[in-house]
Amino acid sequence: MKRAKDWMPGLLLTAPSLVALAIFVYGFIGWNFRISLTNWKALSPDYSFIGLQNYRDLLVDERFKIDIKNSLIFTVVFMVACLLLGLLLAILLDQKLKFEGLFRSVYLLPMAISFIVTGVVWRWLMNPATDDRISGINLLFTKIGLDSLVNQWHLTPNWGMAGIALPAVWQMAGYTMALFLAGIRSIPEEIREAGRVDGASEWRIYRHVILPQLRPIALSAIVILGHISLKVFDLIIAIAGKQLALDVPAIYMWQTSFDAYNFGKGATLATYILFSVAIVIIPYLIFTMRQERNS
Amino acid sequence: MKLRKSKLFGAIAIAASIALTATGCSSGGGSNASGQVEVFSWWTGGGEEAGLNALVEVFKQEYPDVEFVNAAVAGGAGTNARAVLATRLQAGEAPDSFQGHAGAELFDYITAGQLEDLSSLYDEEGWRKVMPATLLPLITVDGKIYSVPVNIHRANVMWANPKVLADNGISKPGSWDEFFAAADKLKAKGITPLALGEQWTQLHLFETVLLGVLGTDAYNGLWNGTTGWNSVEAKGALDTFKRVLTYTNSDAASLSWQDASKLVIDGKAAFNIMGDWAEGYFRVDNSLVEQEGYTWAPAPGTAGTFQFLSDSFTLPVGAKNRDAAIAWLKVAGSAAGQDAFNVKKGSIPARNDADKAIYPPYLQSAMDDWGSNKIAGSLTHGVTASNAWKAEIDTALGLFLQNKDVAKFQAALATAATSAGK
Repeated sequence: MKRAKDWMPGLLLTAPSLVALAIFVYGFIGWNFRISLTNWKALSPDYSFIGLQNYRDLLVDERFKIDIKNSLIFTVVFMVACLLLGLLLAILLDQKLKFEGLFRSVYLLPMAISFIVTGVVWRWLMNPATDDRISGINLLFTKIGLDSLVNQWHLTPNWGMAGIALPAVWQMAGYTMALFLAGIRSIPEEIREAGRVDGASEWRIYRHVILPQLRPIALSAIVILGHISLKVFDLIIAIAGKQLALDVPAIYMWQTSFDAYNFGKGATLATYILFSVAIVIIPYLIFTMRQERNS
Repeated sequence: MKLRKSKLFGAIAIAASIALTATGCSSGGGSNASGQVEVFSWWTGGGEEAGLNALVEVFKQEYPDVEFVNAAVAGGAGTNARAVLATRLQAGEAPDSFQGHAGAELFDYITAGQLEDLSSLYDEEGWRKVMPATLLPLITVDGKIYSVPVNIHRANVMWANPKVLADNGISKPGSWDEFFAAADKLKAKGITPLALGEQWTQLHLFETVLLGVLGTDAYNGLWNGTTGWNSVEAKGALDTFKRVLTYTNSDAASLSWQDASKLVIDGKAAFNIMGDWAEGYFRVDNSLVEQEGYTWAPAPGTAGTFQFLSDSFTLPVGAKNRDAAIAWLKVAGSAAGQDAFNVKKGSIPARNDADKAIYPPYLQSAMDDWGSNKIAGSLTHGVTASNAWKAEIDTALGLFLQNKDVAKFQAALATAATSAGK
């Protein structure tokens, strides 16, 4: 057994944040779960236990089905577009461009903006009005003769969430690029050289040398983007407000808790969001921990 | 164990309220020393803010020693404010007085035991005589009165562009059938018949269609359980609503209520249904003259009915500056306070002894109608249904806007009424 002198100072120094973490993260997760098992439906707390009734109700809830569908559409469009665009930009920037630093900052800059600001700006850009009230990107399309591209954006029936994903891609693609670029740069030049010596084309080098080594980076990107998309709230509120066509679990949770004062059901929705994020994060954590142990 | 629970809960609520204030809500916060009164509302812009400021001026004249702390939280119809308020009340951090819609919305706070009984204040100030008999039951539970109403708005108003009507030979429709006839003409000319905005304005439209098709008594019956949501009559109203939606602009979901009114002002749409706060938007914000730039009529089928909503102020249990809060309520309920407030806000005073001459023409006619018409409450603005019930109706409406399935909509509305205990 180690002597207290060795581990004591470390523990003491981390203790405050450990305690805060225990209360404000895990304590609240537990408290939220406890409320999700109650019949609390008014302003004043009601802790009468009703088991998993709230969860069962949610399974047959029509609005919740729409939320899941919307959440999935958003997540798929957002992640695929971010990863592809991010990778493409990273590869382009890897070509030893002149003003690389400038381009890098320009692509990365949107990430520094809050989703609310992005949402407000894109609400104007994606104005769905037609004919003489046309504006935003649609107006641009008609000015340059691409009338066929004019569309309803986030108000497109059934696929509106894909429209909502556009601003999110705009904001996060640069960040994904930065991740990939860092990954590409960490690959030693000698490996590429070896490929070239063996007579591989640049395309084949990217396909068979660079891409496989970017797998851990891609995984991190998926986890980071995935948890953003599963909890998206502010972006949608800023673009579309509270409309059922563009509803996601986080907005449903907010409305249930604070507009309808149904805190039991709101907590149930919050637990659902936690689980959906956990499904993405926990395998990743296990994976990285195993890797660290192996290395 | 009990103690630990409540402590933990307090911590949650405080954390939540910190998060909320941090996201840019302009909370008054700060110290709560005596000699202050912290008043919570969602009046942060336009005529609403001007009205509140006018009321505060009256308050300052009468109580120069009390400092007024404005704890307003932005967001139309209190969408953000109510969330902040709920967390503050649960954390035991109640403001000294807060704004609430008279009616079912206020009952949520009353049944939660968060409001003080104001009956004695009513006796002291003689308010029982001057506050309308139609309004008092909406703020009374078990014979106790819980809030002080300051104004009354009308919800069932149809606004129109007089030039568009004249150019197309259309008169203001008295029923939805007349509206459909006029709307077909307008549609053929490429004019949007009815301008519509985001989802809450669609709920607003929905309640006026219910009122217009069912009639006042049957409409009121929806909320006390005497009219069935499953009835044939209700289905007729839903069918009409479905048809009305086909005459609206396709980008409704991306417009605020002001945007929708603007379509009427610009002549791109002929009609718009919105509460009479839109009058201030036409007259003040856009400098239009009634009958030239805009005109109005009761929403189709609702002539002779005044569908209303009313803002009121309360005394929360545990108000830190209780005496100052009562002083505030006295001013809010006084004739001078109500006149100062309502002229700016663009609503009619709750008191029936106001100085009519100082109000603009529209409000004078609204005062006459309030006195003579049949009365119905507004759903969207918290009179007829509790927050929980309203949220369920809102969800049912949202689903209906997606699938346009009247049968499903009706079933969902009936279920909502059942779970609300009607």
